[in-house]
Amino acid sequence: MSDMAIRVEGLGKRYRIGERKPYRTLRDTLVEWCSRPRLWLGRAAGRRASSSGSGAVWALRDVSFQVRPGEAVAIIGRNGSGKSTLLKILARVTYPTAGWAELVGRVGSLLEVGTGFHPELTGRENVYLAGAILGMRRREIARRFDEIVSFAEVGPFLDTPVKHYSSGMHMRLAFAVAAHLEPEVLLIDEVLAVGDIEFQRKCLAKMREITRQGRTVLFVSHSMRSVQNFCRRAILLENGTIKEDGNVADVVQRYLRGAGNGQVEFSKGPIRNFRVSQVGDEIELVAQFATAAPLRVTNLGFVIEDADGHPLFGTSPLLCGLEDFGRGRRCGTIRARVRQPRLLDGLYRVSLWFGDGRERILDEPACVSFEVVRTTGVQKKLPGRLGRLAPECQWVIEDDSRKCQAGAA
Amino acid sequence: MIGPRASNQALAAPLPETLRTVIRPSSGWPLLDLREFWQYRELLYLLAWRDVAVRYKQTVLGIAWAVLQPLLTMVVFAVFFGRLGGLSRCAGDIPYPLFTLCALLPWQLFSHALSESSNSLVTEKRLLTKVYFPRTILPVAPLLSNLVDFAIAFVLLLGLMAWYGVGLGWQALTVPLFVGLAVLTALGLSLWLSALNALYRDVRYVVPFLTQFWMFATPVAYSSRIVPEPWRNWYGLNPMAGVIDGFRWALLGAEAPPGPMLAASLTATVLLLTTGLFFFRRMERTFADVI
Repeated sequence: MSDMAIRVEGLGKRYRIGERKPYRTLRDTLVEWCSRPRLWLGRAAGRRASSSGSGAVWALRDVSFQVRPGEAVAIIGRNGSGKSTLLKILARVTYPTAGWAELVGRVGSLLEVGTGFHPELTGRENVYLAGAILGMRRREIARRFDEIVSFAEVGPFLDTPVKHYSSGMHMRLAFAVAAHLEPEVLLIDEVLAVGDIEFQRKCLAKMREITRQGRTVLFVSHSMRSVQNFCRRAILLENGTIKEDGNVADVVQRYLRGAGNGQVEFSKGPIRNFRVSQVGDEIELVAQFATAAPLRVTNLGFVIEDADGHPLFGTSPLLCGLEDFGRGRRCGTIRARVRQPRLLDGLYRVSLWFGDGRERILDEPACVSFEVVRTTGVQKKLPGRLGRLAPECQWVIEDDSRKCQAGAA
Repeated sequence: MIGPRASNQALAAPLPETLRTVIRPSSGWPLLDLREFWQYRELLYLLAWRDVAVRYKQTVLGIAWAVLQPLLTMVVFAVFFGRLGGLSRCAGDIPYPLFTLCALLPWQLFSHALSESSNSLVTEKRLLTKVYFPRTILPVAPLLSNLVDFAIAFVLLLGLMAWYGVGLGWQALTVPLFVGLAVLTALGLSLWLSALNALYRDVRYVVPFLTQFWMFATPVAYSSRIVPEPWRNWYGLNPMAGVIDGFRWALLGAEAPPGPMLAASLTATVLLLTTGLFFFRRMERTFADVI
């Protein structure tokens, strides 16, 4: 058994309801104490009704798996399925309520890009600081310093405070530090969703290099493309338990099918539920929303992606020029119909965001997927190399009589 | 499947040379893991260094603030308490400004360290929820960075002593002990307050009042000799009273040499520190969930 790099046995994490709210004030506790007698009575009465522990949610329950050294395993699942909780437990940021886990070797965790960066410090200083926070020794950082800087492409700005960096530079430097960490076990949470395309490609290449060096990697992501890119194995989490564990292609397929009913409900945030479906040859997106304060503009944005995570197209009321779409509203149902472009048969995913035009209140990457059948009216099965979109194309044939006659002659 | 106790036996024999991390639900009252703390010392230095480097960034006067703060307070004290309030009498033959500056230095070290340290978990919330490291590092780092400020201000004190022609005796060698006592007191209290602050943000509002009241209960502007004799040793239960009397004795030869009063201070500090450490360690596993 000791040849395993990661062993997880019966791992569970329970949150008391309300524990995840920002923080408690002394007043809350006092109020709670004062209402204790009532609470006890209520509990005693309620116990008969439901013996299961009410007031608690299991973010993760009874999760067991093992990872061999050098294996790269993806953890996939919807938002709230427990992926991040699992990673946080393994990174020792939070602790389990039940079960245990064992990791062999130095563990590096990358739950966020740029943890520990201080805006007032220079790039050089931040490399050392962030490195130390990620668990690197100063000598180690010094040894790899040039490598980090050249990877991040920030050479000339090394002695400029990071607050003057562009967000891209900031991200590049942060990722570069993290990528040069040399632990035996690496835990990564969705850090590739940053930077420009060029840099993302570079990050992916670096990640692949890391997995090839025989490190054990546990990778949480929404991007099925990057998951399939460098993991052979995937674990699908649903409501805190393992739904499937196996070959990455199978698990990803299952995840996309399972999520393919085109509906999703959110327990928190302004969007209550969201539905996407094919109506005739149009795609309809419906969202119910409710906010505390009236909105300046009801800006629901979406991006339709193919099953591999390539974005195809997307828009929002603001992007369509509707400056006062749903102004002053606090709740309602938003309906969007996409007539063009049409999608070819297959499975698609939708990423959502929601804002009031000033700030983004909700950001749900790839939160739902749906199936499209024959929007194009063509019965034939179309080859994949045509892409995913059906063009609206006018075909004309002109009768150029002189040339035709010349050809015939 | 949920059987941590049964499965733990499988882990009973760890391999000697490889590093293993075992994660289990929290159990009992964990002690401070000094070995681990030592392993992470570089992070501690870097965090302290960052605080020093950042503190006076984008200020016009920069590091001069470390000197100006005690200096200006001293002037205010000398005018209002010394001249107008007539407290300069209790300084004896020592010039009142020197008498009060000698107390202001350890006091400001203590109060600044206390307020930064008790807020440390909240200000470093992002670190806390994203990376593992011994949590005790967070309240300790501000102590180090405030020691740097103290060292700079200490030069001012020495300068003022030279100006007034007050020489140093062998007792001056004991100053580091009193500095240590001030820092440990701040740490003991901060361990309590920072852990509570993670849970109840009320602490943030309590600390400024606490330090303000505490200063008046501490012989900063006056001498501990105004406390009647039978009570004076009990007065030492305020560790900062012991620290400041110690400072005045070591540098100015002003107060009685350390005795039962300092013993009371030491006891109070040790008590604060050990209970604080236990409380902090008990709470630390929940920090990331509640903060």
